[in-house]
Formats: sequence, C-alpha cells, structure tokens
Amino acid sequence: MMIVETVIYGLVVGAVYGVVALGFVLIYKSSSVLNLAQGSLLMLGGFICLQISQWLPGGVWFFILAVFITLVIATLIGFSVERLALRPLIGEPLISVIMMTIGLNVLLGGIGYAIWGSGNFPYPTDIIPIGSVSILGTPISYKYIFSLIIALLCVVFFILFFQFTRSGIAMRATADDQLAAQSLGISTSQIFRYAWAIGCITAAIGGIIIGFLIGLNSYNTPVLGLRVLPVVLLGGLDSIPGAIIGGLIVGVTENLAGAYLDPIVGGGMRDLFPYILIIIILMVKPYGLFGWVRIERI
Amino acid sequence: MHNPCGVFNETYEQDLAIFRTKTQWGLLIGAIIIAFTFPLFLNSYILGVLIQIFATIIILHGLNILTGYCGQISLAQAAFAAVGGYTSALLSEWALGAALPEWFPGIFNFWITVPIAGLTAGAIGVLFGIPALRLRGFYLVMATLAAHFIIIYIIVHTIGTQAQTLPAPHLFGLLLNNSQSYYYVVLVALIALSYVAKNLVRTRFGRAWIAIRDNDLAAEVMGISLFRYKLSAFFIGCLFAGLGGALWAHYTRSITPEYYHLTYGLWYLGYIIVGGMGSALGPFFGASFLIILTQGLAEVISALSGTFYGIESYLSAAREVLFGLVVVLFMILEPRGIAHRWNLFKAYYRLFPYAH
Amino acid sequence: MLWVNNIEVVYMEVILVLKGVSLEVHEGAIVSLLGANGGGKSTTLKAISGLLKPEEGEVTDGNIEFNDIRIDNKGPEDIARMGIVQVMEGRRIFEHLSTEENLKAGAHIRGDGSSLKHDLDMVYNYFPKLRDLRHSTSGYLSGGEQQMLVMGRAMMANPSLMLLDEPSLGLAPLLVQEIYNIVLRINSEEKTSILLVEQNVRAALSIATYGYVMENGKVVFDGEAEKLRDNEDIQEFYMGLSHMGKQKSYREVKHYKRRKRWLG
Repeated sequence: MMIVETVIYGLVVGAVYGVVALGFVLIYKSSSVLNLAQGSLLMLGGFICLQISQWLPGGVWFFILAVFITLVIATLIGFSVERLALRPLIGEPLISVIMMTIGLNVLLGGIGYAIWGSGNFPYPTDIIPIGSVSILGTPISYKYIFSLIIALLCVVFFILFFQFTRSGIAMRATADDQLAAQSLGISTSQIFRYAWAIGCITAAIGGIIIGFLIGLNSYNTPVLGLRVLPVVLLGGLDSIPGAIIGGLIVGVTENLAGAYLDPIVGGGMRDLFPYILIIIILMVKPYGLFGWVRIERI
Repeated sequence: MHNPCGVFNETYEQDLAIFRTKTQWGLLIGAIIIAFTFPLFLNSYILGVLIQIFATIIILHGLNILTGYCGQISLAQAAFAAVGGYTSALLSEWALGAALPEWFPGIFNFWITVPIAGLTAGAIGVLFGIPALRLRGFYLVMATLAAHFIIIYIIVHTIGTQAQTLPAPHLFGLLLNNSQSYYYVVLVALIALSYVAKNLVRTRFGRAWIAIRDNDLAAEVMGISLFRYKLSAFFIGCLFAGLGGALWAHYTRSITPEYYHLTYGLWYLGYIIVGGMGSALGPFFGASFLIILTQGLAEVISALSGTFYGIESYLSAAREVLFGLVVVLFMILEPRGIAHRWNLFKAYYRLFPYAH
Repeated sequence: MLWVNNIEVVYMEVILVLKGVSLEVHEGAIVSLLGANGGGKSTTLKAISGLLKPEEGEVTDGNIEFNDIRIDNKGPEDIARMGIVQVMEGRRIFEHLSTEENLKAGAHIRGDGSSLKHDLDMVYNYFPKLRDLRHSTSGYLSGGEQQMLVMGRAMMANPSLMLLDEPSLGLAPLLVQEIYNIVLRINSEEKTSILLVEQNVRAALSIATYGYVMENGKVVFDGEAEKLRDNEDIQEFYMGLSHMGKQKSYREVKHYKRRKRWLG
C-alpha cells in the first residue's frame, strides 16, 4: 500500500507548506511584498524553538512553553523586519523589494548557519509518542498524524481570525484598498506590522513541524522554505484558501512524483517536481487557481 | 547627454562616441595599461581573485542587460553560467577522446569551445525566456527560479556530480595554464565584451529593451515586438553568462554543479543591485566591491584563526551575513547602487568648488 | 465645529494645490463645496481627513481646527478616531469582502463590540437594500448599492462630521435623489454634520445650508444655499441655466460669453 502512505505523507507535508504559504500570502495581500525570506524565517523559527527547549528541562509541558516563547520571538522578529527593512522601501519598484527579501534571506540564513553550524538537528523524540495507527492497512506514524493536526488547527485558526475578528477584517480590508482603509481609521502601518508578525509566526510553526518530521539543517531547511513559492503560485498569490489547497496539492504531487517518477529518471524528482509544476502553472494559468486577475491599463 | 560644460557635439561622430573628453580617454587608457601590467608584480593569488572578478563582470554584463535594461528579473544566471562551463568542458573532453582527424583537436580547442559554450547558453536562455512573453514581475522571477532548478537537475542527472575537468588553452604554442598568462585571456575578453555590452544598449535593441523595462505594454503598443526583443535580451544575457561561466571554468580547470548553486544566482543579482542596475559601470563596481569585500573577510578570518581557535568554520556563514547585510543596507540607503554615487561624485568633481 | 483657516497644500513639496482656503462647518450643518474639476475640492477634503499624507501632500500653511484641536498634518487614523470620516470619491469599497464585512471594517476604530449589532441595524435601516445583500461579495454590487455601502460604512464609525466626496458620481438621477434624501435623513436624525463635495451643483444646493465655490485652489464665492442658488454666475456656469433662470436652449444661443463676476 505504498500509494496510501505516499499520499498521506504528502498531505502532511502539504499542510505544512500551506501554513507557511498562508504567512506569505498574508504579507503579500496586505503590503504587496513578496517575502522570499520565508525559508530562512522558517529555519530560524525551528532552531529557536529547539534551542529554547534544550535550555528548559525536558518534558511535554516545557516543550509547549518553548513553542510559545518561540512564537513571541517570531512576532518580535516580524515587527523588526517590517520596521527596519521594509518600511524604507515603500514606493520602490518590485526588484528592490525582491532583492531586499533575498538579502534578508541570505542574512538570516547566514546568522542561522553561524550559530548552529551545518549539522543535522533532529527534534527530541520524547514529545510525541512513538508508534503508529493503521489507515487503510498502512501504518502511519503518530508524528505525521500529529503534524497534520497541528497544521490543520493553524489553518482553521487563521481562517476564523480573518473571517470574524476585528483585526482580521481590517487586514483584509487593507489588502483590498489601503487608502479607503486609512480613511476609516485603520492604521496601515499597524496592519503591515501584524502581517509580518503572522508571516513569521506561520514560518516558525512550519519550522517546528519540519523539525519533528525530518529534523533541521541550516543548509537544506531554507531551501525547503522556497517550496512555498510553487504553493502560492498554484493557489494564487492573494488567496488564503488557495494557499492551503495549493500546499496540499504540491505536497501530494511531489511525493507521488518522488515515489513513481524517481525510478524512471533516476532520483531527485521530489525536489524538482514543484518547479516543473511552476512552469506548467505559469504557462496555463498564470494567476493560479484562486488568484485575482489584475487588469492592467496603460 | 551628460557632458561637462563646454563640450559640444559638432559632428555626428562626436555625438555617437562613447568616450568624449580627454579625461575619459586618459582614465580608460590608463586603466587598461595598469590592468595589463598587473601580472608583472602581483602574485597568483591576487591574480586569481582578479580573474574571478573579471569573469563575474562578464556574467553580470549579461544579467545587467537582461534585468537592468530589459527589466526581466532572472535568478537563473548561475545556471546559464553552468551551461557555459559544462558545454565547454564536454566539448573539450569529446574532442580529446574522440577519434578525430589529425587536424581536428588543434582547431577544436578553447578558442572554439568557449564561444560555442556562450551560444549554447544563449540558445537555452531563449528557451527558458519564452515564458517571459506572458509573464512579468514576480511570476517571471518564479519561472527563472524554476529554470535554475531544472537546468541544474539535468546537469546533475546526465553528467553527474563528480568533478569535470577542463584543459588549459593553447595560444601560438604557449600553454596558458597559470594565472599570469590566463589573466590576459580573461582581461582581453572582458574589454571586448564590455565594449559590446556598452554599445548594445545604445542600439535599436537597447532602446527597445529600455522601453520594455519601463512599460512593456506601452512598448508593444508602440510597435516594439515583445517576442523579438524579450527573447533577444534573454539570448544576449545568457550568452554573456555562458561566456563568463566557460572562461571561469577554464581557469579553475575543474567544475562541479556545486559551483553553480542557486546562491550564486542570487548573489549575481545582488552584485548588480549594489553596483547599480542599468549602468554599464554597475557590474564593475558591484563585482569589485563585493568580491574584494568577501575576500577581505576571508583574509581577516584566516588572520584571526591563530588567536581564535575554530573561527574559520564561520567563514561561509560570515560571508553570507556580510553579503546579506551589504545588500540590505544598499537597498535602504542607496537603492541605485554605487554607479549612481559615482555619477554624483563625477558631477561634484567637475563643479568643485561649487555645489551646482 | 470645523474651522479651516487659510490653508495651503503642497504635493510632493513642489505642486501648490490649495492657495489659502478657509471654510467652516457648524454643528449639524450640511455644507457643500462646489466647483469644476481640478479646483481643489477633493484636496481640501483630504487635507481635513489627513489622507493627504499617503499621497505625499502636506499642509504647509494655515491650520485646521476640529472642536478647538488642531488636526492639520495628523495621521488619517487619528483624525478618524476624533470623529471625521471621509467617504472617498469613486466608491472605494473593499470589493473582496462581503457587504456586512465592509460595514464591520468601518466600525474598526470603535473598540466596543456590543453596539456593533445596533449600528448595523441602524445602517440597514437607512439602506434597506444592503440588508438583503449583506452576505454577497461587495464587488458585485451595483454602483448605487456600492455608494450606499461606502456611506453606510462611514456611518459605522459613528462620525460627528462626514466628508462626502461626489456621492452622485456616475449615478442615475433617480438614485442621486435617493442618496441625497438619505444624506438629509442622516443629518437630521443622527446629528451628523456633513461637508459635501459636488459637481452636481443643483443636487448639492437642494440639501445644503451653506456653500463654497472653489476654483484653482481658492474659494471664490460663498454664501447661504439660497444666495448661491440665486446667483447669476452660479446659474450660468454651474447649473446650466441662462440668467433668466430658465433651462438653456440652443435656440437662444448667446453670442457673447458671460464673464465671471468674481475674482478667480
């Protein structure tokens, strides 16, 4: 029953992509910044949580405490990145913004590399019980189930946040029309700050889940974070449900490609497939499945 | 255009000249003479760094045309440099190994394989430039990112990750296998290609590229064929990448896919941003400034390694932090790069002691 | 309540748009600001509401006082919190949000969640159509419904002064009539003062109590609505009436051009 396992593993990975992509989409929606630093933020989040959990005594409750501290730190990182790096670029052309986030990616990645070196860092194994449940006759390890649940909880939480809270509605309003939002007393700089904080929080959550699933590595984890780009392209850059669905599709297809195409072409297909997917999407449906088509006029 | 006061165009030839004043000519000739004398007194390590800078500048000229003039942001420049390096490597290997006529290896050498490498990279660049006809902005960035991964994947899975060796060039019976002699090859190539790059953007093509950069929809409505000019920008940009990549590969004499990691593609973009996009001098400033800076960092760290044990393991991390910091600071403080500062400095120098 | 005292507005530090504009809005009044395109009407509103800043404009001279507090060059958020809400020109709804979410976004500055329901009912009371459409995506509403939505959204902020920028733009005459009746009702029932920018002079003067005419960044004429309606220049240049007060007809094409009798 290889296919069931592949699909379920794909769904788990895809849900993680979805959560990280959510942060990306949110930053893009509210401030039109394409955050290519999401990969390094993801790695930093994962490492910070691991580091704090090592400082604290072991055990599940202390680990949960470590996660909360990480989320607070991620919020602060988000605030400071927005204030120091992106605020001065308001009104600059696209390439400046893209280059800024690339520079941030290199900078944050370098900081992570300097602190934690190039080794592999698995997460402690005593947090999630070892064992598996049987789904359709295939044993699926608890950590996958657990990761999937966490990812889905995040998704539900953010969907509820955007649908029903005052701040959530204000963020969506700002994404639609900044000036009109300002005229109603919504502070756009505050919204940008929140968007970056949420972007960093989702990245950190993604990093923690990836830490549980495959461990962290200062070289490979940021590249894994780049996987968020095919996801948002597939879902549409500005669609929150698109990010989730795109994440699941990319997660499943890349795992299927890894399982069934690798024997034919000789390996490496899982990492490449999302990019082939990008080319196909761009040629067929450049605005993604759920993206807004922007009409341009001269 | 930007001539100092008192210099007027009296003939069309004057109007078309690149270098206009005696100072410009003096600086140019002086710089070339000094560059030609470098191997006489610099050691091979510094010459190696210079060769790296020159090869990088050639690659950056391509990226500058593609991104700086035509506005097509590309993250795949490292992959196209890889195409150049690998084409030259495979052709040389094939020419050595194949049972060719007696006369063949003599001709099918460095001087042939490098231009072929450039053309191959250009052709593949056109292939991956086709999505650019429909896409712009961030979507194009994504397409070039995908292009990078696909090209590197193909290289890894057809040629493999083992090191690929390349021969040193011969010229008139001399084997150019050390830094001193190879330096001249790269220097001459740099001068020639810089001239081409500078002149290309002053032609019909260059003007079309700039129009596309500023507003491609408006350019199309004015009758500029996007198909032709976007693809030509991709061709030229990737041609330069292939040439630079091949020249650099023949210097290191051994290449692996790791030499063309995505990081370098991002760094190239960083170089031209720091140097100044859309300026022929930008690649010179960007590559010189950042490569010297990172080499200087390596020097500092190796000097400190006696005092602080184990510090050299932080080198690549420190290099990344430094590069990221420089790019971020440039974006905040001087988004138009060093070339813009240079223009301001020139204007200041001309008008000194007056401010305007 | 609102005093605009001799303000000068400069865009991007070079373009002088307003050259000494003064006006005042009293508690509970409907004041209209009239004039042709490019006269500086919208800029005046933006100077009051603080929306100049995002467009790189600045009040360089004079001052704006709202309930005796200076508000010139304050941020738009602060000004909105003080009770001035601008309804921008061109029906700037949040088109991907539903009607009700638009209204909720309007209530953003008010922390109290309890009165939200009450206020929604109030808005639906003024604009019954919106109640039926409250779950549909606002981008698909018709022009008139969108105009109602932006006005309702502004009311959700519970302003004491509402700045309306061309509510009649692009609407059918019957709809204009309906919107203006609602403006009158809001003014009388909610005690909201209104500063109304209009090119549709006839409609604006039908509800306004006081009017200012702007040209080239200056107020060239002002007075009670009655006085404006009876002014021959206003009739000639803004209402398309001949000085006899009749509808102009091409049969009586004039062979001279009337000069404006104010200093423009």
